[in-house]
Amino acid sequence: MKFTEEHEWLRPEEDVVVVGITTHASTQLGDIVFVELPEVGTTVAKDDEIVVIESVKAASDITAPLDGEIVEVNEALADNPALANEDAMGEGWFIKIKPSNPSQMDAYMDEAAYTAFIA
Amino acid sequence: MPDLSHTPLHDLHVALGAKMVPFAGYAMPVQYPLGVMKEHLHTREKAGLFDVSHMGQVIVRGADVPTAALALETLVPVDILGLEQDRQRYGFLTNDTGGIMDDLMLANRGDHIFVVVNAGCKAADIAHMTQNLTGVTVSEVTDRALLALQGPMAETVLSSLDPKAATMRFMDVADLSLAGAACWVSRSGYTGEDGYEISVPATQAEALAKTLLAHDDVEPIGLGARDSLRLEAGLCLYGHDINTDTTPPQAMLNWAIQKVRRTGGARAGGFPGADIILREMSDGVATKRVGLLPEGRAPMREGVVLFADTESATPIGHITSGGFGPTVGGPVAMGYLDAASATQGTIVFGELRGKRLPLTVTSLPFTPANFKR
Repeated sequence: MKFTEEHEWLRPEEDVVVVGITTHASTQLGDIVFVELPEVGTTVAKDDEIVVIESVKAASDITAPLDGEIVEVNEALADNPALANEDAMGEGWFIKIKPSNPSQMDAYMDEAAYTAFIA
Repeated sequence: MPDLSHTPLHDLHVALGAKMVPFAGYAMPVQYPLGVMKEHLHTREKAGLFDVSHMGQVIVRGADVPTAALALETLVPVDILGLEQDRQRYGFLTNDTGGIMDDLMLANRGDHIFVVVNAGCKAADIAHMTQNLTGVTVSEVTDRALLALQGPMAETVLSSLDPKAATMRFMDVADLSLAGAACWVSRSGYTGEDGYEISVPATQAEALAKTLLAHDDVEPIGLGARDSLRLEAGLCLYGHDINTDTTPPQAMLNWAIQKVRRTGGARAGGFPGADIILREMSDGVATKRVGLLPEGRAPMREGVVLFADTESATPIGHITSGGFGPTVGGPVAMGYLDAASATQGTIVFGELRGKRLPLTVTSLPFTPANFKR
């Protein structure tokens, strides 16, 4: 699993990468009340704003960590956005990207580096 | 946060694990470990304790209470003279153009009028009153904290410390002895729930707060939930929903201006901006504050511009407060709309991230008030 400085986690799963936000990020955001997800089939470039997270406090953007195509979004978040708080690293995932340039993963932190980053 | 003032409960907030943020020059708890959503729901279901010591507590004293009341009526368009002893009412300071300089609470305490004003306005309010009121003294109370205990269990909790609490009605004021402290208590609040606001000597504030928090039904509540509670209750936040550019009639606050101060009343007018405010009360206003219920789940917050449809280029209003309402279970907002669109059931569109999303104009409050009248 890899981590970005934007507090996203990336978990490769066969030929796609599952993306969510870290437990640290979801705790900082507070209670998440709405997640706006991109449409399946959208082609995204790294750093494009693709997800909006609304917490009780404010709206925040999540950017695409990789170039690629959105192949799946977590529909469960529409009815239960709190999943992103309750299980940020698991059931609260946001999107699956099919990367067009998988080597972009190499630039991101491993878990030890991320743990040090947020310390 | 070195330049921020601390309330007498600062150390307690820190010990309770609050996240402290700057607010109106004070370090204030925005939330505790429970989190905004659960703090909000807890207040509606049981009772929440709020530190509102940043607000201004002011004593206006004249030769007698009618003298102080009549002096204040030159700045505040409500019936202060008619306020019975140990009763409180809502009011506001207006300016020469009818705008609202601050909103406040006024109580007749028998030998003075006790005024509670917003933290961000208190210096300006006190200067304004000192400068413009003759024959009275205006003094800020700086040695007392202000707590609010809100929610359906507030009466049970407070009357366990002083049984007199249970005998008070909404907007009554009384001296209570709470955990050994001589407190000035009103049955009022800013959540839409039953509850009390408690002025307590600063040196005894922490002990009282701890006594209240020791009760199983009481949790500490931060500014985050205070905001979502008052928004669901349809109550204005000064500087957002009301300001010097909004008049009381535009803000739908005519209810706070009693008949005696209106055209035809015994003490009609005689406050700053009276010509404008009284004319708007008789002729109507061009823009009005309304409740707005977004149709989807996306919160629409302060600043979102409102349109009549998905195409038109001309705005018809804007949102002044908005967010997620935990009790409503979805987004809620309030804002100003052109009077023609400001009727219940009208669909308007808010522009959010390049899309126009529908909202329904709704009566306020979003959650029913639970006052003990």
